[in-house]
Amino acid sequence: MVKNHIAKSFTGGIKLNANKNVSSSKTIAEQFIPSKLIIPMSHQFGPDAIPIVKVNQRIKKGELIGEPADKNALAVHASCSGQVTAIEQHQEPIVGEVSSSTCVIIQTNKDDDVSHQKKYWPRDTQTRLNLINQAGIVGLGGGSFPTAEKLNSKSLNCELLILNGAECEPFISCDDVLMREHATEVLRGGMAMMELVGASAILVCIEDDKPEALNAVYDAAGQLNSKLIQIVTLPTRYPAGGEKQLIEAVTGKEVPSGEYPINIGFICQNVGTAYALDRYIQLGEPQINRVVTVTGQGIKNPQNVLVPIGSPISELISFCGGYNDDVSHLILGGNMMGYSLHTDELPVTKATNCILAINKSQEEKSTQIWPCIRCGDCASVCPAKLLPQRIVKAYTNKNFNKLEELGLKDCIECGCCDVVCPSHIPLTASFKNAKYLTEEATTHSLLANEAEMRHNLKKIRLSKEQMKVDRLHAELKSNVRGDNRKSMINDAVNRSRKLRNKK
Amino acid sequence: MATATLILSGIAITLAILLMLAARYFSSSTNEVVEKIETLLPRIQCAQCGYPGCRPYAKAIAEENAEINLCPPGGDETVRRLANFLGREFSPVTEPVKAANLNTVALISEELCIGCNLCSQACPVDAIVGVHQRMHTVISEHCTGCRLCVSPCPVDCISLIPRHG
Repeated sequence: MVKNHIAKSFTGGIKLNANKNVSSSKTIAEQFIPSKLIIPMSHQFGPDAIPIVKVNQRIKKGELIGEPADKNALAVHASCSGQVTAIEQHQEPIVGEVSSSTCVIIQTNKDDDVSHQKKYWPRDTQTRLNLINQAGIVGLGGGSFPTAEKLNSKSLNCELLILNGAECEPFISCDDVLMREHATEVLRGGMAMMELVGASAILVCIEDDKPEALNAVYDAAGQLNSKLIQIVTLPTRYPAGGEKQLIEAVTGKEVPSGEYPINIGFICQNVGTAYALDRYIQLGEPQINRVVTVTGQGIKNPQNVLVPIGSPISELISFCGGYNDDVSHLILGGNMMGYSLHTDELPVTKATNCILAINKSQEEKSTQIWPCIRCGDCASVCPAKLLPQRIVKAYTNKNFNKLEELGLKDCIECGCCDVVCPSHIPLTASFKNAKYLTEEATTHSLLANEAEMRHNLKKIRLSKEQMKVDRLHAELKSNVRGDNRKSMINDAVNRSRKLRNKK
Repeated sequence: MATATLILSGIAITLAILLMLAARYFSSSTNEVVEKIETLLPRIQCAQCGYPGCRPYAKAIAEENAEINLCPPGGDETVRRLANFLGREFSPVTEPVKAANLNTVALISEELCIGCNLCSQACPVDAIVGVHQRMHTVISEHCTGCRLCVSPCPVDCISLIPRHG
């Protein structure tokens, strides 16, 4: 019998209008193949992969196209079969901004030749971790943290593996539908992870607004008949899916500031990651696709799509029926933590969980910003237990010491404070900027320290050189004076005479 | 009357002595002031203030009452901090146009460089390497973007680019 827990909630957070039914009412569309792929060689963590394909080379689905730069780096695979048309710099969305990186451009064909096949799944933990890196598997929750690195907990003791299916952000339903349709695979992947880290149980955490997913996971757990799987129903509250918030809700323990969950004995993995790992173990398929929610009032036919990594967002949207006429802008991610895109000519990456097209009626009206009235609402909803009103003050004063003291780096940028602020102060945006400025200030002060050191070294070098020159001059001068003065003058006169005679 | 005068002048003299002693023992030495001023400056050693580095400029501010608005890379922000610290009047930076910027680095155009060595002599942090008559290059990790190498270059081959990418 599968155990069921009902967890308490974490500190702070807010109830939001979920808007998930728009996309979760349909099954995952699995037949999407774009006409071209833009596959980035960069990873959010670790060095970029090195492209090993040539222009015009024909490649199969699942074939290695980017070799890992070092032993612990991630590989990149082709997500469809086709022909390489270019290897060039292309824009891609990375953590809140669009930047340029080396991408392999592939013209796809409809053959769907598959190169990967089921591989031997070894017993040794290190070999398994290496294989996970070679399969390019990263966390699909949005952080894209390398899964092998997270599961590598040899020195630390992991008690519990938490499978995160909370999916608290409004509009997004990719994990929900994945659990509905592939619960068995998700749980099997979770079991493989549990074996790797040596945990004693798996907790599958799902918010109570996803009854279908909960049922599916129950059934699957019953079929697998494992006593180690436990299912936790979470009260629907944003941001329950935040790693630290989830751990607080299900275990009552708090992850200390600046530390990882593994430090207190937990590992958190997204359900999508578990599914990807299971696909690799069962079929040998590297991580070449993910479920993406395409939703919002601006989309004609909102749904969840199984998207090959590197598909252009524009093609994905036309697959979903295209834009409605009154579409106003495009957001990558949910409406709370996502960010606006200026163009849809960007590839879907492993971190892309949702593409949200907002129409004019959904658009937030820009309201006037009023001064802070110290109501303290932001502090009471902050899931990281920070004091947003004081952080924003320190930010306007550019007081970096104060910012650090107030725990700016613990801010998870969830946006709860923005929602409740009666003065409409753009708090989260300020914190993002403050984080950026703090980082810049630190690098600048390091640079300045180094510049000062090098400047002093240069001064020492110059004074040494000057001293050498001075000493030489002094020597020459002292030689010219004194007894041998006459003979030196004679020598010089003789030398010049000789030269003249030669001519 | 006499007692009152005595007592009052006694108090006055004692306080005067105490103040003298306090001034002597608790005053911050000029060196400390110089150091504090230096931390307020950007310390990228660009020498655009007319002094040969940030420390000499800090010293000049502390000892020779030099103007506090001579630091272009620091900008008005730095002047404001200096004014606060020293209790002086704020005035905007002179010549903010040629401001150095830590977010930029110098780049030598390799086709144009004639190897005259003037830029590497001008560099305050020895971030330019190259042998006489051969192409020179900038070590961008060490470059502070101070622009001191730009004007000595006889063929105008040095430009400033963003630090990353």
